[in-house]
Amino acid sequence: MQFQLKVWRQPRRDAPGRLEPYEARDVSPDMSFLEMLDTVNEGLITRGEEPIAFDNDCREGICGTCGFMINGVAHGPRSATATCQLHMREFADGQTLVIEPFRATAFPVIKDLVVNRGALDRIIASGGYISVSTGSAPEANNIAVGKDMSERSMDAAACIGCGACVAACPNAAAQLFTSAKISHLGLLPQGQPERYARARRMVAQMEEEGFGSCTLYTECEAVCPAEISVDFIARMNRDYLKVGRRGQRAE
Amino acid sequence: MELVSHIPEGPLADKWDDYCSRTKLVSPANRRKLEVIVVGSGLAGGAAAATLAELGYRVQCFCYQDSPRRAHSVAAQGGINAAKGYQPDGDSVYRLFHDTIKGGDFRSREANVYRLAQLSLKIIDQCVAQGVPFAREYGGMLDVRSFGGVQVSRTFYCRGQTGQQLMLGVYQALTRQIARGQVVMHPRSEMLDLVVTDGRAAGIIVRDLATGEIRAHAAHATVLATGGYGNVYYLSTNAKGSNATAIWRAYRRGAAMANPCFTQIHPTCIPPSGHHQSKLTLMSESLRNDARVWVPQDKDDKRPPGEIPESQRDYFLEREYPAYGNLVPRDLASRSAKRAVDAGHGVGPNDHGVYLDMADALERLGREQVTDRYGNLFEMYRRITDEDPYRVPMRIYPAPHYTMGGLWVDYNLMSTLPGLFVIGEANFSDHGANRLGASALMQGLADGYFILPITIASYLSGQVGREKPDLRHEAFQATTDQVHQRIAALLGASGKRTVDSFHRELGQICWNECGMTRNEEGLREAIERIRNLREEYRAQVQVVGEEDNLNQSLEKAGRVNDFFELAELMCLDALHRRESCGGHFREDYSTPDGRIDRDDENYCHVAAWEFSGDDQPPKLQSEPLQFEFVQLAQRDYR
Amino acid sequence: MEEPAVGPQNVYSDNSADQSSLMKDRISHFYRSAVGKKAIMAVTGMVLFLYVLVHMLGNLKLFQGAEKLNEYAQWLREVGGPAVPHTGTLWIVRVILLVAFALHVGATIQLTRMNMRARQTRYQVYRPVAAGVASRTMRWTGVLIGLFVIFHLLDLTWGTIHPDFEHDNVYHNVVVSMGTWWIAAVYIIAQVALGLHLYHGLWSMLQSLGWSHPRLNPWRRPAATTFAVIITAGNILIPIVILLGWVR
Ligand SMILES: Cc1cc2nc3c(=O)[nH]c(=O)nc-3n(C[C@H](O)[C@H](O)[C@H](O)COP(=O)(O)OP(=O)(O)OC[C@H]3O[C@@H](n4cnc5c(N)ncnc54)[C@H](O)[C@@H]3O)c2cc1C
Ligand code: HEM
Ligand code: HEM
Ligand code: SF4
Ligand code: F3S
Ligand code: FES
Repeated sequence: MQFQLKVWRQPRRDAPGRLEPYEARDVSPDMSFLEMLDTVNEGLITRGEEPIAFDNDCREGICGTCGFMINGVAHGPRSATATCQLHMREFADGQTLVIEPFRATAFPVIKDLVVNRGALDRIIASGGYISVSTGSAPEANNIAVGKDMSERSMDAAACIGCGACVAACPNAAAQLFTSAKISHLGLLPQGQPERYARARRMVAQMEEEGFGSCTLYTECEAVCPAEISVDFIARMNRDYLKVGRRGQRAE
Repeated sequence: MELVSHIPEGPLADKWDDYCSRTKLVSPANRRKLEVIVVGSGLAGGAAAATLAELGYRVQCFCYQDSPRRAHSVAAQGGINAAKGYQPDGDSVYRLFHDTIKGGDFRSREANVYRLAQLSLKIIDQCVAQGVPFAREYGGMLDVRSFGGVQVSRTFYCRGQTGQQLMLGVYQALTRQIARGQVVMHPRSEMLDLVVTDGRAAGIIVRDLATGEIRAHAAHATVLATGGYGNVYYLSTNAKGSNATAIWRAYRRGAAMANPCFTQIHPTCIPPSGHHQSKLTLMSESLRNDARVWVPQDKDDKRPPGEIPESQRDYFLEREYPAYGNLVPRDLASRSAKRAVDAGHGVGPNDHGVYLDMADALERLGREQVTDRYGNLFEMYRRITDEDPYRVPMRIYPAPHYTMGGLWVDYNLMSTLPGLFVIGEANFSDHGANRLGASALMQGLADGYFILPITIASYLSGQVGREKPDLRHEAFQATTDQVHQRIAALLGASGKRTVDSFHRELGQICWNECGMTRNEEGLREAIERIRNLREEYRAQVQVVGEEDNLNQSLEKAGRVNDFFELAELMCLDALHRRESCGGHFREDYSTPDGRIDRDDENYCHVAAWEFSGDDQPPKLQSEPLQFEFVQLAQRDYR
Repeated sequence: MEEPAVGPQNVYSDNSADQSSLMKDRISHFYRSAVGKKAIMAVTGMVLFLYVLVHMLGNLKLFQGAEKLNEYAQWLREVGGPAVPHTGTLWIVRVILLVAFALHVGATIQLTRMNMRARQTRYQVYRPVAAGVASRTMRWTGVLIGLFVIFHLLDLTWGTIHPDFEHDNVYHNVVVSMGTWWIAAVYIIAQVALGLHLYHGLWSMLQSLGWSHPRLNPWRRPAATTFAVIITAGNILIPIVILLGWVR
């Protein structure tokens, strides 16, 4: 197979960037998208040109490092699939592929397709944990967790932190990511003591970082490689709104 | 250099408790004045950094990813062992200890492994309290499953994403300390060298991967938790960025490297699909609980699997190991698969695989339960291969996965360099010559949460009242200069070959000669070829881009440079160990029917290598392994 | 906005200090947060929705003839009396509507600006895969509704643009107005806009207020659709039957 690529090239954070055309030849349908870019890069390097910078690590769809826009869709056309797990057989031979970085004011571009998603870490740091220090935990089976709750919590906990939800959202909102973390912990008995304070702090940090608000476009859910549901956003809203009624009093 | 393991005296079961009650401590007031560098934010590093910070030490933590949550521990699928004994199947701390020693083919320390088994209990408690959503039974209690190499069910899991969930637990604990200001986190920062002053680890040199800036950091103690070096094979289940640079640079600065040839080849990975393959994907071993592994009996049988009748299939694991069947330890399963493929029974493209068949399980459990247990693995398989495992048996082949070897450490987890601690997969660890499934996560967390925070105190207590090493010390300047020179050399080499093409070739040599099977001749040849290729690499590699900017080919070039040197040592170690044990299978030292032939007389030891200069062969020292509590025996899983 | 520096270490806020200051000005913080603004939008949206629903049901009295409708209109002015003065209740409703409208639009403007700031560099190629027409046009359907309400007041409340306005003869006013083809067209277009706005808005409202539960969730979308259809159909029916001359 072969493809015409148009790739966003931007040498540095504050430098201007633009779409550059490249050609990807001899592509096997069994190649992953990143392997296709690898071969393009090999060609560029042998010609002495700078390879396209893109983030990746596990290449198994779990670490959340990879991700960019392919023809206007975060992580490309296949649903529930991170970029590294996307294979070229999903595309038609000869197709033009436009590749751009995830864009949001809170995700400044570092180089080419590499962006800084530190804002997501700061959201977690504002309260996305259970305050338990090493060694102070009770015997594990003293805490019973119903299977349903545990499964729902796991549904939310599956978020890989890739930021595609932000990239896909017309408002550049980080609501899906934030709500997934709030719900993961908030659904478990262990997470109850800090539940409402956690929601309030994380929402506050999310907005401080400059993400947008949620209009329920559901683009985020559609591109999410971990299939996080927008229902968790409603849950987050509820926990946040309860702050005034229940959460604050407890503090 | 002297190898002193510092194993406490006394009965096995009391060693650790006695150690804890006697070891020197640092008072809370003094902890505030002590600074610790932790390189790595995986289960081991993240847990250590968080716990040290909770105790009051000031911590600087580094990782090369853009977020600590992405450390490769995140990719572990199957589960984590703990001898909780929630099921009346006869599990106990002693049994976990014994299974691990035996699984490792009697090449690990009794005292360390026993401690690990003891601490496994606390790990699960800790993780549950943090909100790790382990699988549950309907009554709300924790569920467990069985895993390769053991006859009890002691593996706790979160769907097929156990590593991810444990990683998030660790990350959350770490993040809480970052928010408190107790940990300063440096993501996108790669350690490129270790600084040694007056014979002690004084700090590290780091490159900020986003800006290219080279910076020095000093601390009272340094902890390496940088994971394994499986990427020496190029194709492995490790993350693309996984590297040996941190441990290799520490080795070059005086820390001994132990058993580098002990590498684990995992039996159930998706076979490569072509030359472009950039990494291999693991299919969790847990599949072996319910799947059956087979090949066609007839070499030339090219029929689709569904058309091959039961009587013409060879369920070779069940045939060879009736007691354990499909659940034999990894090294044995891998070699059996290789034998089947080498004998011409392979299936799939290039005949490079064996079947992992879920048909029986689908019949026995029904589609729903199978989906419940393995749904996401099936989905992953389908995405990669475009085949539906519900209808067609999956194809698997072994792939490099884990490295039991690593920097040598004593019972305190301190290397031969005072002040340098090594935890997690980066140390030579508790797994001997072969690791049992679901034990690496356990080890990483035991090291990070429960062992290092205590053992490091005995070293740090000697540092109380001292300032941390001065960044103006000439060693810092000299090491920084050397890092700059290395970078300049890589950028200055003028050739046309990419880093990846060299890495691929290096990996091929290692895989063929120092992979699942090894022999004298092949290893000697491999060393020659590695040296030659390395010379070519240094002269000919093409690295474009700037030093003071994000430069991924430069990052790779540095890592591959170190892999070259490590690969040579790995082969040397394999050459030296004239026996077969665990994952180290010497064709020239095996029984005629292709089984392991251990030589406890001469090789019941840890081989620790010491760097002695670029043109000198490394010095070998050995730490004899004493087995007081278990009986040395040939492993028998038949 | 200042861009965050590389790495998470720089901008962590001190949670404990944060906490007490938040306690002090809870309400202002609530309104400052986008989630809070959305809750306000949802509550005001619900008020507006309830008004439109009741208003639509009232309008259907048209089919019962002039008398009934005019009686109803009169009743609206008297209701609550004598406890409240003439048109008192009506004024209370008007004030609530006005406040709701102002808050609704105010929050929209602020959120829209926030969302525009959140992505300053636009994509060269962007392809939505899930968002439907209704959600993507909320701002425009909202504006259309706003313009329509002004038009509507000029038409049927103040009679300014009405061809033949008669005080206290609501039936006449409606029939004459809707009998004029271009006015009827304005009404029909506005009802379509309103329908789209509610089709997405009602669903979003449940989300913004956090009314979600695994058992409730399958019903949220259908419920929103049903009410949006009822309101649109009910309202559109009136200009259509009048245009067709079935009601005079
Ligand atoms: C696909 C896969 C599946 C697995 N499944 C299981 C399982 O089911 N059960 C089980 O028990 N084990 C499993 N393992 C093994 C287990 O996951 C690992 O051994 C373990 O997670 C290693 O943890 P760690 O903390 O030592 O290192 P890692 O998690 O690898 O972390 C290494 C850290 O060091 C940092 N680092 C590395 N080099 C540098 C450098 N030069 N400078 C700065 N930072 C650096 C990285 O950024 C990272 O933060 C699996 C492994 C793989 C690859
Ligand atoms: C000038 C008039 C109006 C404008 C500009 C407007 C605009 C908007 C916008 C942009 C939204 C989406 C906000 C977001 O999710 O970010 C919205 C939501 C909504 N609107 Fe309106 N609107 C107007 C009038 C109305 C009227 C008259 C009604 C009722 C009949 C209404 C009912 C709703 C409802 C129920 C929501 C959902 C609130 C939520 O998502 O929580 N709107 N409006
Ligand atoms: C075809 C549909 C509609 C018809 C036939 C209709 C009819 C009327 C009539 C006859 C009045 C005057 C009542 C009176 O003076 O007693 C009125 C008032 C009003 N209508 Fe409508 N209407 C329609 C749709 C709408 C819609 C969609 C909205 C809002 C979005 C709306 C908002 C109002 C308002 C705000 C008033 C003024 C109420 C007051 O007196 O304070 N109408 N309408
Ligand atoms: S919610 Fe989904 S899209 Fe967003 S960060 Fe998590 S995994 Fe990625
Ligand atoms: S796409 Fe954006 S608007 Fe909400 S539902 Fe998802 S965050
Ligand atoms: S590279 Fe890890 S998710 Fe894609």
